Amino acid sequence: MYHLLLVCLGGLLGGVARFLVSGLVARTVGETFPWGTMVVNISGSFVIGILAAVVQAHDLPALWAFAGTGFLGCYTTVSSFSLQTLALAREGEWVRAGGNVLLSVAVCLGAVALGLAASSAFAGGAG
Amino acid sequence: MGVMRDGHRQDVRDAIAVYAVVALGSVVGGVLRALASSVSLAIWGPGFPVGTLIVNVVGSLIIGFYATLTGPDGRVFASPRQRLLVMAGFCGGFTTFSTFSLETVMLMQSGELLVAAANVAVSVVTWLAAVWLGHMLATRLNRLKGSRP
Repeated sequence: MYHLLLVCLGGLLGGVARFLVSGLVARTVGETFPWGTMVVNISGSFVIGILAAVVQAHDLPALWAFAGTGFLGCYTTVSSFSLQTLALAREGEWVRAGGNVLLSVAVCLGAVALGLAASSAFAGGAG
Repeated sequence: MGVMRDGHRQDVRDAIAVYAVVALGSVVGGVLRALASSVSLAIWGPGFPVGTLIVNVVGSLIIGFYATLTGPDGRVFASPRQRLLVMAGFCGGFTTFSTFSLETVMLMQSGELLVAAANVAVSVVTWLAAVWLGHMLATRLNRLKGSRP
């Protein structure tokens, strides 16, 4: 129950942060390509890599509930990604739709790996 | 001057309402996602990230359906705030790209390359199929004759 409360709190902050960041990026670079959602998903994937390494090394389930499941879970989104990819495909923008899928998946996976590596490198250096 | 200040207050109230609605939807979506992932872990175990797959497919289906049902040609009227609650709030909080990425990289790093590749392929295909299916269902409903509320 305590962990579910932490998920609530993290989720509240994560959802608002996503709305802020994706809106800011979309207003800055325009909305012909869903950069806002991509920036959110890439940054969230990088941070979850760092967090996962820390949580595993120090056994911190409460931190994971708040920041992993709650904040980062709500900060990143698949539904907007799917809807925006569908919108591009329906407009006949097949290259952009395909590019959005490939770029999102490839860079997010890379960002997680980078986050994990950065976290363990830092922990190794500190220890 | 008084009118301007009232206008400004109204803007501030509207902005707060927008964030409150997104936050509320996110919290509900996030908690449901956490419950779904515990249940799926209990049923299917940790071999394949079924829980994340299910929430992302269901969230994509809902957003595709709702966006079209309440869109410009939609059958159902929803205020901008209601759309934010469901789409940016609930669906955004319910689905997660970061957990999908983490689970995939974890599978890769434990040598389960085939399972990782299957997770990526199955996820992307079913997410997009779900959002399309939701959109098509709502399009059908929108075209039905009858009273529009």
